[in-house]
Amino acid sequence: MTDAAPTKPDRSAHLKKRYAAEFRFKLYGRIAIVIALAFLTLLMGRIVLQGYSTFTTHTVSLPVYLDPQKIDATALEGANYDYLVALSLLKKLGETEDEYGTNSGEAMDLVSRDLGFQILNRLKADPSLIGKTVTITGPMKADADLYYKGELKRATDEADRKLNNRQLDWLDTLQKDGSVKGGFNVAFFQNADSTEPEQAGILGAVIGSAMMLLITALIAVPMGVLAAVWLEEFAPKNRWTDLIEVNINNLAAVPSIVYGLLGLAVVINWLGAPRGAPITGGIVLALMSLPTIIIATRSALKAVPPSIREAALGVGASRTQTVFHHVLPQAMPGVMTGTILSLAHALGETAPLLMIGMIAFNPGIPEGFTSSASVLPVQVFIWENASERAFHERTAAAIIVLLAFMIAMNAAAVILRRRFERRW
Amino acid sequence: MNGHIVKSYEEELNQLAAEVVRMGGLAEAQVNDAIGAFARRDVPLAQAIVGKDEKLDIAEVEIERAAIRLIALRQPMANDLRRAMSAMKIAMNLERCGDLAKNIAKRTLILAEAEPAGPVTRSIERMGKLVAGRLKEVLDAYTASEVDRAVAVWTRDTEVDEHYESLFRELLTYMMGDPRTITAGAHLLFVAKNLERIGDHATNIAEIVHYEITGQEIVSERPKMDALSQ
Amino acid sequence: MTVQPPLIRTAAPHSLTPAQLDPTKIMVRDVNVFYGDKQALDAVSIDIPGKAVTAFIGPSGCGKSTFLRCINRMNDTIPGARVEGKIEIDGDDVNAKSVDPVILRAKVGMVFQKPNPFPKTIFENVAYGPRIHGLSSSKEELEGIVEASLKKAGLWNEVSDRLHQPGTGLSGGQQQRLVIARAIAVEPEVILMDEPCSALDPIATAKIEELIDDLRQQYCIVIVTHSMAQAARVSQRTAFFHLGKLVEVGSTEEIFTNPRETRTQDYITGRFG
Repeated sequence: MTDAAPTKPDRSAHLKKRYAAEFRFKLYGRIAIVIALAFLTLLMGRIVLQGYSTFTTHTVSLPVYLDPQKIDATALEGANYDYLVALSLLKKLGETEDEYGTNSGEAMDLVSRDLGFQILNRLKADPSLIGKTVTITGPMKADADLYYKGELKRATDEADRKLNNRQLDWLDTLQKDGSVKGGFNVAFFQNADSTEPEQAGILGAVIGSAMMLLITALIAVPMGVLAAVWLEEFAPKNRWTDLIEVNINNLAAVPSIVYGLLGLAVVINWLGAPRGAPITGGIVLALMSLPTIIIATRSALKAVPPSIREAALGVGASRTQTVFHHVLPQAMPGVMTGTILSLAHALGETAPLLMIGMIAFNPGIPEGFTSSASVLPVQVFIWENASERAFHERTAAAIIVLLAFMIAMNAAAVILRRRFERRW
Repeated sequence: MNGHIVKSYEEELNQLAAEVVRMGGLAEAQVNDAIGAFARRDVPLAQAIVGKDEKLDIAEVEIERAAIRLIALRQPMANDLRRAMSAMKIAMNLERCGDLAKNIAKRTLILAEAEPAGPVTRSIERMGKLVAGRLKEVLDAYTASEVDRAVAVWTRDTEVDEHYESLFRELLTYMMGDPRTITAGAHLLFVAKNLERIGDHATNIAEIVHYEITGQEIVSERPKMDALSQ
Repeated sequence: MTVQPPLIRTAAPHSLTPAQLDPTKIMVRDVNVFYGDKQALDAVSIDIPGKAVTAFIGPSGCGKSTFLRCINRMNDTIPGARVEGKIEIDGDDVNAKSVDPVILRAKVGMVFQKPNPFPKTIFENVAYGPRIHGLSSSKEELEGIVEASLKKAGLWNEVSDRLHQPGTGLSGGQQQRLVIARAIAVEPEVILMDEPCSALDPIATAKIEELIDDLRQQYCIVIVTHSMAQAARVSQRTAFFHLGKLVEVGSTEEIFTNPRETRTQDYITGRFG
């Protein structure tokens, strides 16, 4: 029909177009990845920059004279230990108290109230210390700490900052003579929430999260996996099971705050569960994770080739034996991945937990599953709304801790899957 | 019957059958010519027959090779396998017919130097025509794949035997009449015997054709009326 | 002096007379199988002898695999499959309500087209069946069963030193023999094989065929195969299926040298249109 010769140059032009299109496609891909990485770096960078300073803090070592005139041995709690600490600080600085108490007031602004509590505890343990001088080590107050970290600057107008110039001079003196040292902020990891930023830590939130996740896992994982097994392996394929499947898929897409409403209406009002407790949060998040776990497990079960089932049935295994001895173990990597990812997701959920009342201020570690608790994402939320400047960096630090947990859980999922996949 | 899905297989089978038919034609021609040369004491023809026998030998070897090749490479089953085996066996029989025709031609050359034997020759010629006719008939049956024609040839095996019986007695009488005719008579006996054996080969071919088409061997006693046969 | 030409007598048909074979192990009468509305098998009746190999041949989709799976009720696992008719093994109806498919499938073992060992160790593969059927009462007994089964399957020499390595690490032919050992371990009486060699190379195939030759001294074997040459090599009886019907059944020798039905002959000579 047509000559062979004219088609040849045609083909090479076509080839060039194809190569050009491929090149463009690869370029777009690379650009997309670069943009995504840029945003990621921006986000992570900003958080890290904001929060890394939390991990160091400044502590002060002070000899405190336990004035017997100010302490009543029979009523230890009645004494004003902060005042004693402030007096000792003034002494250290070579200052004295003035008649209006301004000096001691300004001194108290520099040192954490934790020192006072330490003295109380020590006296409770050993009342004979009254009259002696004891050395107490404790954190500096948040604003002082911020000054040391360079957040609070002299350059700012005095009226606009929390500490006046004299206080700043005192801080410099303390640092020069070695009373104040910088170090790792252990308190952040050892303390629960507090109104004083320097004393605030994430331990309460971490334990609260752990307890809540435990409930979630205990409820959602067995229920979800077994439900998926039943739906995939045993249920008859009819309209009812189709309906169930559609519903499960839709539930996975429902906004999480709806689960919060569900928690409020059903779990708290009808079941009578305590507000803001790990058990309530656990139940709500279990309901939220259930669809995802079911879907992931079903996927994993579907991926097991039918030849395994046939082989088991052929040897005379019953259907139950086939599923539990052969199919489920084979599907384990997928099931575990899905479960861990589901739980990692639940770890970071905030909206439903706010609705069920986990927003309350909890100064201590939760005592049990039914007592009020805080969780990491809610803690972030609370601190973000706090007015103190020092909470600013702590918010970011809490986010870093939260992200660290999620990365760890995801990494665990990947490692587990790799390990089990080898046995295929 | 459907053709083979693999056309080349079909062609190979047909090719093999065609070769057998061709060889049959050659053998038939040799036999006819041998009888004609004998009857007319035609020396050049007889010599030509002797020369052409080689072709039949070659044809038999080629057919055997083709059949073995078919069996090795195509693994024929059922009727195809029977066709391949039959081709080989028929070729063998045809080659023997050719040899017998050559033998008749050789004896013709010898007899041509002696005096004509008269009516005996004509009897032998008649027998020869009968045998040649049977050979033709059975080869036609093979070509056309008609079992009934082959079976008809098989059943009429007795006719040839009857001819041979009477020829035998005639030749004995002939030789007893004049001792000078004994040499020629002996040759004539051999010619008659050769013709009888060609007839047997035709019967063999009939049995083979029957097996190829029906898949069953004929096991009835071959009709033999000769007092000499065991 | 012509004599009446005697009648043509033809040779007796060459088939193994029934007396030479074991009595019927599996008796099938009028079996119909439906997948939904589609009929896959139509009035199939056959007697399968014990301690011999019976081969099912036929073009794709002719129902031979479906029929095979009826014998051990594997069709039960397919939704929408319906089996009618009588299938009896040693006189007991396979589809009777009182028959537990689990027990049946131990008695009637199955080997599949693609070797499918469990993703467990070699030992576990063979030991699983006896364990769930309670065939052994001690660890030593179980080990004995595993060893005996692997020996019978001709695999013991190759794997005795690595019983605790995964079964999936073996070659295709070895895996298939492992699967056979697995089937043997539960003491079957019948072994069904669905194109066991189609995924194997010629040498592995030959080893399996040798194994089948061995095994038929003890078990009733039914093999579905696409390869007529294999059916010819391996079986004593052959059945030809076409479009859901059993067209012809007879001794292997008979079927491959002189079948009765034209369809059978057309199929085995490659003339199917």
